[in-house]
Amino acid sequence: MGELTRRYGLTLAWGMVGLTAFWLVILVALPYLLMFEFSLRPYLTVDKIGGPEDIYTLKNYVTLFSNTIHFGVFLRTIVASAFVTALCLVVCYPMAFFLAKIVNPKDAATLFLLLLIPFWVNEILRSFAWFIILSYQGPLNAALVGIGLIERPIRWLTGGNGVIVGLVYTYLLFMLLPIYNSVQSLDSNQIEAAEDLGAPLWRTHWRVVIPHAKPGIASGCVMVFMLSAGSIIVPSLLGSPGTRWFTEIIQQWFFEGQDWNQGSAYAFLLLILCTGFVMLMMRLLNVRLTDIAK
Amino acid sequence: MSEDVQLDKVSMDFGSFRAVDNVDVTIRAGEFFSFLGPSGCGKTTILRMVSGFIDPTQGAVRIGGRDMRGIRPNQRPTALIFQNLALFPLMPVWENIAFGLEVRGMDPAKRRTRAEELLRLVDLPAAADKTVGQLSGGQRQRVAVARALAVEPKVMLLDEPLSALDLKLRQHMRSELRSIQKRTNVTFIYITHDQGEALAMSDRVGIMSHGVLQQVGVPQEIYNHPANGFVASFVGENNVFPGRVISASSGAGRIETAFGTFNARLGPGIDQGALAKLYVRPEHSMLQPNAVDGMNALPVEVTEVAFEGNFINVHARGELGGAYMAQLRNNPRATVPSIGAQLRLNFAGDDGVVLADEVGARH
Repeated sequence: MGELTRRYGLTLAWGMVGLTAFWLVILVALPYLLMFEFSLRPYLTVDKIGGPEDIYTLKNYVTLFSNTIHFGVFLRTIVASAFVTALCLVVCYPMAFFLAKIVNPKDAATLFLLLLIPFWVNEILRSFAWFIILSYQGPLNAALVGIGLIERPIRWLTGGNGVIVGLVYTYLLFMLLPIYNSVQSLDSNQIEAAEDLGAPLWRTHWRVVIPHAKPGIASGCVMVFMLSAGSIIVPSLLGSPGTRWFTEIIQQWFFEGQDWNQGSAYAFLLLILCTGFVMLMMRLLNVRLTDIAK
Repeated sequence: MSEDVQLDKVSMDFGSFRAVDNVDVTIRAGEFFSFLGPSGCGKTTILRMVSGFIDPTQGAVRIGGRDMRGIRPNQRPTALIFQNLALFPLMPVWENIAFGLEVRGMDPAKRRTRAEELLRLVDLPAAADKTVGQLSGGQRQRVAVARALAVEPKVMLLDEPLSALDLKLRQHMRSELRSIQKRTNVTFIYITHDQGEALAMSDRVGIMSHGVLQQVGVPQEIYNHPANGFVASFVGENNVFPGRVISASSGAGRIETAFGTFNARLGPGIDQGALAKLYVRPEHSMLQPNAVDGMNALPVEVTEVAFEGNFINVHARGELGGAYMAQLRNNPRATVPSIGAQLRLNFAGDDGVVLADEVGARH
């Protein structure tokens, strides 16, 4: 604080600190605390709020584990998000390596622009675009039938396929950029040294590039997983009736059930359990949180 | 044990830029060979062609008689030590050294044993489990050498590996590398811009400039009988007199310069009428009160005396212009000229050589 005051003067220093504090307390901490408070109270009619039944309880949290349908959706969401994350990784790692180490930097800039431009389009529109592409009478089926690869159109959107494709597409860059950054920081001589010592391509990647890129891979995975598990637009647009996403249930509690207490509890459970899952995976893969922050 | 490397009229173009131009030399099996030249002279490109990261545009690289075109670095009997060493920072020292063995499918216990043997060879017996970050510059150097030796290369390629070390350590590592080379009898190809390094370590030296190999020879030959002006001035210091050869007979002649007419040896391809330069080494240039019979002499005035320890550099200005240097061996009884002294710069005709400029210069 003293340093800040010395450098920017009292007014500006307090202004900056004040704005940051406002953002943290009023816009971040307070809403969460309010929601947390909601989640611990039962859902009551207006006249009973503040009455003898309005006590703090964990009942809302227990609901998830006693409701097998909801819990099933929750598990499916976690598994599907993990699958989306894995797919993103498989697509992005070679792409990131190509952009960071193979293409010359001038072309890489152009390629990045081409990758980024679609993301200027709103997420809802992009999901709709995929809805159109993947629909039964859509261009993908038309093209595949047209070139004779398949005989009759395929129902791409049945089951979870549409959601998986949509999520992979939507969150691809969140995987690509951290991996790209970490691969780029690898000294190219190390790749050449491995090859010079006789290593085939796969071993160079396994022993030299991937260990170096692990923080980037981990942060990409965490981001894609959390965003996928928390996504609502893509599953509601590209999902089919049998494949609800957990966020859709939360939304139902809030807006259809009007039960904010139960909704808040579910939202927190999603946050807590996803964080737990991420921590577990990080433990298993031997990645530290500080690696990700880098 | 080791194999020869033949560069058969090798050229390398990058777009319209010719980085290496028709280099033709055979490096003998078991030889310590250095490519010496300023940065951008194409020496690193040669190294990359031998190691296999690039293939020459023209000509052939042969190792042990076998054409290497199209053979990737991981299939060549070479090991490269990078300028920045390129050790793997996430592996402990022993895994770094054993990486090439791991690639070849040796089992971990044997790998470890071999890595420890190599660590003893490079005089770092206790470093196996350290991380690369815990090592000093000189120790990393040794690990890089051990890692390269582990794959039992026929040819070892070194890309200025000592340039990051301080002077004392560099001198120590020179003799270390030299002795490792003699012990293992592997062909060493060493790239450097440091003439002292090249002359001190190598069996033979190839001098490069602008992609062209200017001269190949043993260090003494390079220094004492430079083939052209580039070699003479890149390796060691000189007093230079541009002029025209006015008479020539059996390797000796007279050159007329703006500062006088001198007797000198004539370098390769120099004949009567040639426009060329006369090169005289400072240690062959003597500052004396008077001209000496039978020697070339030039009146000069001393401008600066630099005491370097084992020798003394005396700088002087010619009466007719030009800056010169004479080098005296240090000796407590030596009389060192004082600044402003009017003296003669004397040198024997045998110690001066008239040379053409470099060959194949791109302009």
